[in-house]
Amino acid sequence: MIHRCNHLTRAYSTENGFSLDVYEKTCDGYKAARKIFGSMSPAEVIEEAKKANVRGRGGAGFPMGVKWSFMKPHPTKPAYLVVNADEGEPGTHKDRTIMERNPHSAIEGCIIACYAIGAHTAYIYVRDELHLSKARLEGAIKEARAKGYLGKTPFGKDYPVEVVVHTGAGAYICGEETSLLNSLEGKRGEPRLKPPFPAQAGAFGCPTTVNNLETIAIVPTVFLMGGDAFSQQSELHSLKDGGCRLFGINGHVKTPGVVELAVGVTLRELIYDIGGGILGDRDLLAVIPGGSSTPVLRPEDTLSAPDEKSPLHKWHGKSVLDVPLGVDTMRASGTMLGTCCATVMAEGTCPVMAMQNLMSFYHHESCGQCTPCREGSAWLDRVVEKILDGKGSMEELDQLHDIANGIMGNTICAFGEGTAMPALGFLRKFRKDFEAYVRGERKRESARLALEG
Amino acid sequence: MTFALNPDRERELEALLLKYPTKMAACIPALHLCQDQNGYIDEEAMLYVAGRLELPPAHVKGVVTFYTLFNQRPVGKHQVWVCKTLPCALRGAGGILAHCEKRLGIHPGETTLDGKFTLRTAECLASCGTAPMMQVDKTYYEGLTLEKVDEILASLGASVNGAP
Repeated sequence: MIHRCNHLTRAYSTENGFSLDVYEKTCDGYKAARKIFGSMSPAEVIEEAKKANVRGRGGAGFPMGVKWSFMKPHPTKPAYLVVNADEGEPGTHKDRTIMERNPHSAIEGCIIACYAIGAHTAYIYVRDELHLSKARLEGAIKEARAKGYLGKTPFGKDYPVEVVVHTGAGAYICGEETSLLNSLEGKRGEPRLKPPFPAQAGAFGCPTTVNNLETIAIVPTVFLMGGDAFSQQSELHSLKDGGCRLFGINGHVKTPGVVELAVGVTLRELIYDIGGGILGDRDLLAVIPGGSSTPVLRPEDTLSAPDEKSPLHKWHGKSVLDVPLGVDTMRASGTMLGTCCATVMAEGTCPVMAMQNLMSFYHHESCGQCTPCREGSAWLDRVVEKILDGKGSMEELDQLHDIANGIMGNTICAFGEGTAMPALGFLRKFRKDFEAYVRGERKRESARLALEG
Repeated sequence: MTFALNPDRERELEALLLKYPTKMAACIPALHLCQDQNGYIDEEAMLYVAGRLELPPAHVKGVVTFYTLFNQRPVGKHQVWVCKTLPCALRGAGGILAHCEKRLGIHPGETTLDGKFTLRTAECLASCGTAPMMQVDKTYYEGLTLEKVDEILASLGASVNGAP
């Protein structure tokens, strides 16, 4: 069901929505932080945050409040909040809109989260290419500091908070949280083994919480509404998948973009109502539900929850297009919710070429630390390229499965799975298309990603 | 020639150092300052950063070689990055890239003879909802058409087919 919200997006449609003035006047800006600093203990903040059932917006969907509760005071070391704004997952274009058009929500979120987890410094890690985002965040920090919301005594309380914008240098892997921490420390962005988890030893070896930027930006809303009321907006409240979030729609739709909706919208609504339907009113070939690492879905795919006791059973056998988009519902549909930004492919798109495009991306972006990922992503890229060129064999087509399976579970970070799972998705769901290339029935010259006209 | 940041950028670096508990953490921002000044990062600049942040030169080189955005060779005055990843490709990024190649007379990775433009392909730049797009230096150009690309390149002084 489509239920539009405008907690974050109200500022988007207001002139100078990125300024402190507008944020305070039209978005109840800094009211939540002021209330918290005046009357709540950190433990109370975490309890309230848990009630909101905010599932991490970066793709993994881990409950935000639970993550905050992992932070334990260290006898000698400071704690840090690190905000992941390295938005780089192909198909994902939501965090950027917040930074550019409502940066104060992120700054206020940082203040509240720092207080909750016992941190005094928040680092917002922004990918370097997003120059406007960085400038807007820096501007917001300056304004907030001038008002005394940041600094030594925010809202009159002796609890110093500073927010620092840190820039990356063009590496997709730095969106992986431990890689991001290494990059923040001034190192190559190679992921770390876990444990220790960031809450034990994160940035600079200190207890650290890493949250996605959208997760942090919605925090003020959580406290303005109250955790429970926030969560209740969602149709999946009972699955502890609460509130509202930003949804993106891109690819072959008539009106691509980013909207703020209550959790519970379906892919069909996202594609045909929000996205305005498919370009040229073609049929839907496939949709990648939440960033390139989430396995592709076809309209005939269904959710599987045969166990009658499962809370997902009511959608058992339903088309993936008619299931509310949620962390658990997408998992039961053989994919992942990811970042909630869907990439739509119309009938006529070549799925082999689409897979090759993505494998070329993963090949380029693998950090090279683990052999299965470094070599595997390169092999996937090259073998699909070979098949597209009409030079591949059936053995090689089968080999692609082996290569992908050889990456799964054999790497330090989830990049490996993020490469192998979409690869397997394309291979399983479009086997006939791959075979057509091998048999020479289809040629690269007639393959298309963009639609004609 | 020995590399050194100009006084303004040196002040920026000083301010950066106050933001982190370690000097090493300023490594990537410091390298950006060097690249902003020179357009690329050579051995001299790496040695400068290593000296300034008390890091082994090998560490700095390791960082420079890891990240896509650090140029290790001189580049054109303007860097044109055309996003080629799937969401942009579905909206015609292939045509945009081909047009840039034709218009500038170069392939991705090359620089025009007059040194004005370096053409490169980019992986997803988070503009999927406004695809196709390209980044020129620090500016995003979204919802591109071939006509818009012509306008943008012309405004930056591109001559037809890269002829000087």
